[in-house]
Amino acid sequence: MSSPDDISLTRPQFVGASVARREDPRLLTGAGLYVADIKRHGMVHIAFRRSDHAHAEIRAIDCAAALALPGVVAIYTGEDIARLAHPYRATSRMKNYQATFIPPIAVGKVRYVGEAVVAVVADSRYIAEDALGMIDVDYAPLPVLVDPERALAADAPLLHDDLESNILAEREFSRGDVDGGFAKAAATAGGRFHFTRTTPVTIEARAAVAEYDRRTRTLELHCTTQIPGIVRDKLSDIFDLPGPRIRVIAPDVGGGFGGKTSLYSEEIVACAIARDLERPVKWVGDRMEDLMTTGHAFDETVDAEIAVAMDGAILAVRADVIGDVGAYSIYPWTATIEPVQVVSFLPGPYRIENYAARVRAVATNKTLTGAYRGVGRPISVFIMDRLLDMAARRIGMDPAEIRRRNLVNDDEFPYKAASGLVWDKSAFQACLQTARDGIGYDALRREQAAARAEGRWVGIGIASYAELTGVGSRIAVAPGMPINTGTETCNVAIDSTGAVTASFGIASQGQGMETTLAQVVAETLGVRVEDVDVVLGDTASVSHGTGTYASRGAVLGGGAGTLAATAVREKIVQVAGHLLEAAEEDIETGDGNVWVKGTDRAMRIRDLARALYSDMGRVPKEIRDRIDNLEATRVYDPYFGTTTSASHICMVEIDPETYKVRVKRYIVVEDCGRVINPMIADGQAHGGVAQGIGVALMEEVIHDETGQVLTASLVDYVVPSAVEIPSMDVIHVEAELPDTVGGFRGLGEGGTIGAPACVANAISDALSPLGIEIMEIPATPERIFRLVEAARAD
Amino acid sequence: MTAPVAITVTVNGVAHTAAVEPRLLLADFLRENLDLTGTHVGCEHGICGACTVLMNGDSVRSCLTFAVQADGTAIETVESLGTADDLSPLQQAFRDHHALQCGFCTPGMLMTITDLLQKYPLADDDDIRDGLSGNICRCTGYQNIVRAVRAAVALRDGKDGA
Repeated sequence: MSSPDDISLTRPQFVGASVARREDPRLLTGAGLYVADIKRHGMVHIAFRRSDHAHAEIRAIDCAAALALPGVVAIYTGEDIARLAHPYRATSRMKNYQATFIPPIAVGKVRYVGEAVVAVVADSRYIAEDALGMIDVDYAPLPVLVDPERALAADAPLLHDDLESNILAEREFSRGDVDGGFAKAAATAGGRFHFTRTTPVTIEARAAVAEYDRRTRTLELHCTTQIPGIVRDKLSDIFDLPGPRIRVIAPDVGGGFGGKTSLYSEEIVACAIARDLERPVKWVGDRMEDLMTTGHAFDETVDAEIAVAMDGAILAVRADVIGDVGAYSIYPWTATIEPVQVVSFLPGPYRIENYAARVRAVATNKTLTGAYRGVGRPISVFIMDRLLDMAARRIGMDPAEIRRRNLVNDDEFPYKAASGLVWDKSAFQACLQTARDGIGYDALRREQAAARAEGRWVGIGIASYAELTGVGSRIAVAPGMPINTGTETCNVAIDSTGAVTASFGIASQGQGMETTLAQVVAETLGVRVEDVDVVLGDTASVSHGTGTYASRGAVLGGGAGTLAATAVREKIVQVAGHLLEAAEEDIETGDGNVWVKGTDRAMRIRDLARALYSDMGRVPKEIRDRIDNLEATRVYDPYFGTTTSASHICMVEIDPETYKVRVKRYIVVEDCGRVINPMIADGQAHGGVAQGIGVALMEEVIHDETGQVLTASLVDYVVPSAVEIPSMDVIHVEAELPDTVGGFRGLGEGGTIGAPACVANAISDALSPLGIEIMEIPATPERIFRLVEAARAD
Repeated sequence: MTAPVAITVTVNGVAHTAAVEPRLLLADFLRENLDLTGTHVGCEHGICGACTVLMNGDSVRSCLTFAVQADGTAIETVESLGTADDLSPLQQAFRDHHALQCGFCTPGMLMTITDLLQKYPLADDDDIRDGLSGNICRCTGYQNIVRAVRAAVALRDGKDGA
């Protein structure tokens, strides 16, 4: 067989190329499909009456007037939903952990402001909201726990009657001789740090559309989730339905950042009502609901101290962490995920032999905390890198130098950190050095000195960190959870029309994974990127998958895609060996074609598929029996996962009149292994740093002493706009590749992990002539003003 | 809930006559009555800018505008720009510079920038960032949006000068 004239016999590289995103044309033209865009015949709308008490007994609910309103279809209380949905909670095998049941709608008691109390179903959202105001709820207020230290006390009222205390988890880590380290110290530094509560703020608020098909007795849920597989599996328990009769689909999702990685009450309520009414139901959260009910983040109070030698060597670190985790232990991650990660990652990329830490996760009358970009590690890095700068000041050492002296060196990998985590290998030192060179650190210091001579508040900050990404089955993302976060599945199939489909269990919320996973599959298979259809976020597509979180998409998705595409390619080669009359080792694929190396004997893979499936007798029975079809499903388990590391350096200036901090320069240098699409990787760093700057300077969920949320609009909960975020440089250090399939490391969270510490260090540096150290973020103008006033009063 | 009011609104060049409740938001009129779901609702209190559309050529928040206020006006939404197979120059600049990730804020961004490009010189990045400051993007850190606008400005000014 000779080749058709237009067949190219090349094998283009797609991994490493800034391929334009295939998502863009639909998203740029308003042709995307977000959950709020879904309409169904006969669809009704849910609105929730939510608690305005932080802690109260529900004495009575009177819905009579609301039910009489024309257009109201039904009203459900917590008791009604409890009859339709089994109770659930986030269990864990972790020692000293107490799970809480999470009622989809409150039953008997409310435990935070914003908790759902009644669901109204009506013909339109407008009517449903009208009805909310006609419902009369009689509350008997209970003592409110806002301060986690108060909630810790032995005499504190119990938030959950069935628990022994409000401490949902407690854990200690210890290695080496911490007291001995402090005894030998040339200098110590530390104090009480507070990393306040934030919330993810995706621009698309959470939403759900549930449908029940009476014919097939099947429940279908479209929702704004990052974890369709986890939601499906839990709904199967909650509704006693087998997997094939529940389908969870995450269509286009408008940002996630971890906020959409939990199972939410509204998803359960929508399913319960759709099944009960046998009608499609829709709930679209408004911004106030989003700010009050989407899993909050951080809110850790940390007493920490560092001991260093005169040469800068870290002799010991100790930390005591109190995590304010809110009213319930969130599913599936549990209340442990954030506070425990704070202490397990606190030693960071540094050589620390003596380390002791304790963490307590405490329930309060606030919104549940869950995952938010970085989970725990933004706090770990804030503590550790603030401690390093404080210690460096004590011994008169440059912050870059103290990091260079303590970062784990290339010849020390694998390095077991003091908390037990193992860093496989990553370019810790190279990232720091490249960041110094990239931003021109020495020149920046001279620029700072000149500014300081003029009396300006200009500072430089550095943060270095390491994170575990693409975590495999050896280590659960959160300890002891009953879900498998260590594997992902990919099915690659070439059908009888010759079309290639790659289906994954993960979902995309803007990371461009339809593009990057198509790049990986196309290159492995030997087809064009545009030939690969990528299916994400649909539980019907693979038998097991969990979703997208914890910087795992590229590592686990890319790995599973590579394995499945490799298996399909092997089948193509077997068929081609027969059709092109050549030995299999002489077959090559590329650009959608298959050929015999060094000859012009070639055919399109599309035609090969048609020959296999549709031309009876063209491919012998023994080959067809051996390969069945051009399809393969593979599961990838990276087992340990791999270390991503980075150094950030920034320069800030504080306005002496408004006390507003302006970030003027910013560089990120990261080792995220083999980069699939540099354009997309840079975008992840940009967005992550922007969120980290928000955390450092402006974002804070504030509760008053009665547990009311004072930041329930975007006027009060301030996220960065284009004028607050600088242009930044991003450099990828591709050092020795990790052992993951494809050599990928995860990169989604890094920007947010490094930026809060980096900016806080720069502000402290700017204000160091006044002896000010930033111990609490966000460093709002008001906080900085108070610090300066206090320093001047001394 | 008062009686429906008859309105006529020209949306993307097509005149629509409808009877709407006075409280119906323009955003909901576009999305629910006309099925133009490209206009997104992000906050319903005028901060995020995701719902931005053009009314008689000026950018407005469709979540803070009642449909009855649009009576007699010409509205343009993201659907008035290019198509998936034939992106407008601004949409193409967004794609070239990776100026969108999740895409939820994007329609509002595009309509705001369409307005800015028609009215302002946008001489430097500070001006561009000022112009974008009423539209929140949570994914991109704005850097690539600024680059896309810079490219669109260059294209505009090149054309103007030609």
